[in-house]
Amino acid sequence: MLVPLSWLKDYVDIDVTPKELEKKLFSCGFEVEELWEVGKDVSNVVVGYVEECEAIPETHLHVCKVNAGEYGTFQVCCGADNVEAGGKYPLALVGASVYATAKDHKTVEGVMTIKKGKLRGYDSEGMLCSGVELGVSEDLYPGAGYNGLLVLPADAQIGADVKPILGLDDWIFDVSITANRPDCQSILGLAREVAAVLKKPLKEPSYEYHETEVKKDGFNVTVEAPDLCPRYIGHYVYDVKIGDSPLWMKRRLALVGQNAISNIVDITNYVMLEMGQPMHAFDESYVEGGVIVVRRAKDGEKITTLDEQEYALTQNNLVICDGVKPVALAGVMGGLNSEIRDTTNAVLFEAAKFARDNIRKTARALGKRTDSSAKFEKGVDEYTTVYAMKRALHLVEELGCGKVSSTHVDCNTGNSIAPRGMKVSLTKVNDVLGIEVPTSDVLAIMESLDFKPTVDGDELTIWVPAYREDMDSYPDVAEEVIRMYGYDHVKPTFMPGAKVTTGGMNEKQRRELKLKKDLCATGAYECIHYSFFSPSDLDLLRLPKEAPERRTIRILNPINEELSLMRTTLAASMLNAISRNQKKGNLAGRLYEIGKKFIAKQLPIQEYPDERETLCIGIFGENESFFTLKGMAEKVAESLYYQFTYEPSKKPYLHPYQTATILCNGTEIGYLGKVAYPVAEKLDLRTDAYLLEIDLKTLGEIPAGKASFEPLPKFPGESRDLALVMDKEITCGQVEECIKGACKYVKGVKLFDKYEGAPIPPTKKSMAFTIDFVPGEEPFEADSVDRFVKKILGNLKYQLDIDLRS
Amino acid sequence: MNEKFGEIKQEILDGIDNLASSKAVYEFKKQFLDSKAGKIGLLMKEMKNIAPEERASFGKGVNELKEWAGQRFADLEEMVRAKELDRRYESEKVDVTEPAVEMKAGNLHPITQMRNEIIDVFSGMGFEVFENREIENDYYNFTALNTPKDHPARDMQDTFYLSPEFLLATQTSAAQIHTMEAKKPPIKILCPGKVFRSDDDATHSPMFHQMEGLVVDKKITLCDLKGMLDVFVQKIYGEGTTTRLRPSYFPFTEPSVEVDVSCFECGGKGCKLCKGTGWIEILGAGIVNRKVLSNCGIDPDEYSGLAFGIGLERATMLKYGINNIKLLFESDLKVLEQIDHN
Repeated sequence: MLVPLSWLKDYVDIDVTPKELEKKLFSCGFEVEELWEVGKDVSNVVVGYVEECEAIPETHLHVCKVNAGEYGTFQVCCGADNVEAGGKYPLALVGASVYATAKDHKTVEGVMTIKKGKLRGYDSEGMLCSGVELGVSEDLYPGAGYNGLLVLPADAQIGADVKPILGLDDWIFDVSITANRPDCQSILGLAREVAAVLKKPLKEPSYEYHETEVKKDGFNVTVEAPDLCPRYIGHYVYDVKIGDSPLWMKRRLALVGQNAISNIVDITNYVMLEMGQPMHAFDESYVEGGVIVVRRAKDGEKITTLDEQEYALTQNNLVICDGVKPVALAGVMGGLNSEIRDTTNAVLFEAAKFARDNIRKTARALGKRTDSSAKFEKGVDEYTTVYAMKRALHLVEELGCGKVSSTHVDCNTGNSIAPRGMKVSLTKVNDVLGIEVPTSDVLAIMESLDFKPTVDGDELTIWVPAYREDMDSYPDVAEEVIRMYGYDHVKPTFMPGAKVTTGGMNEKQRRELKLKKDLCATGAYECIHYSFFSPSDLDLLRLPKEAPERRTIRILNPINEELSLMRTTLAASMLNAISRNQKKGNLAGRLYEIGKKFIAKQLPIQEYPDERETLCIGIFGENESFFTLKGMAEKVAESLYYQFTYEPSKKPYLHPYQTATILCNGTEIGYLGKVAYPVAEKLDLRTDAYLLEIDLKTLGEIPAGKASFEPLPKFPGESRDLALVMDKEITCGQVEECIKGACKYVKGVKLFDKYEGAPIPPTKKSMAFTIDFVPGEEPFEADSVDRFVKKILGNLKYQLDIDLRS
Repeated sequence: MNEKFGEIKQEILDGIDNLASSKAVYEFKKQFLDSKAGKIGLLMKEMKNIAPEERASFGKGVNELKEWAGQRFADLEEMVRAKELDRRYESEKVDVTEPAVEMKAGNLHPITQMRNEIIDVFSGMGFEVFENREIENDYYNFTALNTPKDHPARDMQDTFYLSPEFLLATQTSAAQIHTMEAKKPPIKILCPGKVFRSDDDATHSPMFHQMEGLVVDKKITLCDLKGMLDVFVQKIYGEGTTTRLRPSYFPFTEPSVEVDVSCFECGGKGCKLCKGTGWIEILGAGIVNRKVLSNCGIDPDEYSGLAFGIGLERATMLKYGINNIKLLFESDLKVLEQIDHN
């Protein structure tokens, strides 16, 4: 919210610098996001008196002798058509800073520094300035809009700084207002806080006006939706003379970026800025039937707003109607049909409170957010509604632009605008803070906020003004006290009243962190990807229509389509991460993510969906293979004390012959495999990539082993290498299982060589294994291991028709 | 006979100068000292040809020669071994400025590192860790946190909706409610989690991480909040770091504060990082709103609480000087390799 210092000064005697005021506001809860001087870009511009002025032949230029008082008298060349001897104009001295304009002398193109110059052979020391060059518009200073020199008043002191004369010494505070303080969404509201923090009295604006005898016959207001409009005040003003607002009003509107339109419209805008109450004025002659009805719109009902946009409404929108039709979209914008024109001679002023939720929904649904809707959304209080109408009527009289009738209608639901009594315990207030604030300070603070406090022992009684709807209970009082008393009084303590608790991570959290660290130890980097992904990601994975991954939960209002679905797999995000890395020239690497996939119980969702922690690993590079990734899978098993087994399987986005399902205790828990070539091609991958996904939630439901100690064998073991010949279809896993099954002393079976080709027959292959035998309670006898091998070979022959390679 | 001894001596002395390797020394030594075929050994066989009265002195001479030669060869062997070792070392000389063999371990994500660091600090203070779901319902995300449907604070957070009832958590504060419903005071929990808001630019990501802390016990005050956060910032940003509280607003705390930390770059003198103010905003906090306690069935007249919420991205970016939040979600190895704190 923009707040001009000069305007604030109407209500509070501010005797601190703008910077100090910024600090004070900050300390009591109002952050000044930006603070600037209106004329921040203008310096060293003084009142210049043109003593002599002669035209330079055959040019539009004049050469002038300009008296700048204490700065001296300078020769200045000037191209403006309104320069004349005896006139006073802003003179930018050499070294001055002013706005540079384009050739049209209107468009500001930046800031420039004035230098000594020469024009048509004439020396020029300084520049006589226009309003635009000083950043002053017609609304800020009359005559400043002229495309020529800005004419200063005849009584301006020669050589004086022009900034105070033009109002350029004013300051603008851009203050951010927290959502609990809608009462501060106005200059007056903030002035109350300034008064309190500076310990100065508040000077209320005048609310006085005089009603004439005149009445508008038959005028009445009906509120059919009091739930959406708890208060509606209308007042009839006649003998209206539409014209320009006075300079002071235009200037204030201009300072906060509001265009002046006409006196009546400007009054509504001025009151909104000053008091925070959006107001509206209807041209009374267009209000059919002379009545106002506040009701929900009918489905399909249409309105054209002041900005000539037509909207089709629904029952969710509140409208202000005359006897026949809607004349305003309540709280958002007036209707074009009843707009104030030059010919308007009677108006109906509206000040109302509308339900903030309804206004927000309407503004959102229609995509129409206005200053008015923004204020209603944050909340307008009825105290302000009542006083804003008084203030508007006062201004009508002050500006002399109409007469105030005695037709005043106040439709309300009985809400009081008188201060509310509230009793709190001082002990409880201090208990929230943890310090004891002297009662005299509490009283002074409450007084400064106009809470009219009294104290009786421990009991503090305050009278909360109706605009402070946020005040509810003693913590609110504590907050008021401490923000004015100063947060620097809060001293650090460490919960002396609290019980000791034990902290830390639980078993599941510790296991997850261990898994992450173990994966890092394999050279993998942890990633975090968005929990949402794109429909195109599902296509990237070439998932068929009926694939469970396509049953996604959709975000109703996504930022864009790319971020519109909750993930049902982490694979796509990982593939995209690999692709991004390769595009940046990172051609090898290991990445992993532990995130959630979201499985809906029904669509659209009616209960919490299943959020399943999932591990996804993606590796890529020349040295990676199915088996390096399998090594990482084994690392996962080891980290979490499980044993995994693997079975060949297929996935639409993986290599048909380098993909496996991962099982644990017979339960499928995930997969791993090489990324299918068409997918890799689509992602422009330059090196092979491999993917793994493990559902950690499923895995977590399987009982895990634990870290334990197994005594070392008492007697030395032995190993044997066996080269075996078998059918090509037989897998390594089958052979291992068969060997282990044949002898209980086998503690390890490891493939160390594979061979195909002569002299092995073409339908066969050879695999060589190292088998470790470990004795139990008794040492092996000389021929024990030979007997075991014989038995193993027998089993292999019998079960799988495997022969020892000769 | 003495000439014979002298010859052998001379032969040894002449021979050993040319011996460069242990193997050559061994071979040469064998010629003299081999127990069967060595020249000195063979001398002993001559004994039977020596006159009996000279046998004693002959034997002594042979033994002396044997001893002398043994010592000679032992010295020689040691010298040659030392030379050989030198040569071996020389032959294995490396250029120590050549690149190291990579010991490649990956890193935890920078956010995880920051999260672990914070968890460590608060675990020591007795906080348990509770992770909430990412998809929440309206009640837990807003209503129970004193943000009813028409509340303007709902506008502070642009919410992603999945249905009229379900949404993506906009804050980790919902975890407060779940905890307080399940557990009675004393409560000290820390709730890290992913949260979501419809915001997307250089400092905002539609998904980001928060860490919520909640204490509910008897007589918890604003001073306790300050004391606890002072300890926290000293552990994370170094001794001598202090906090500054200033008024703010969150629907679920009253009073509410923004917490600034004294700039850990310049120590509070004012620099680019703190934009010349000496302070950096790091978290929001406050005394738990009585209505929130009541909503969870905790008597607000008996218990009070404090809560705080830290944005992990911001904390991480500040700590490592990362200037674009997107870098944290792009998984660029060149970025991930750099942050290796724990």
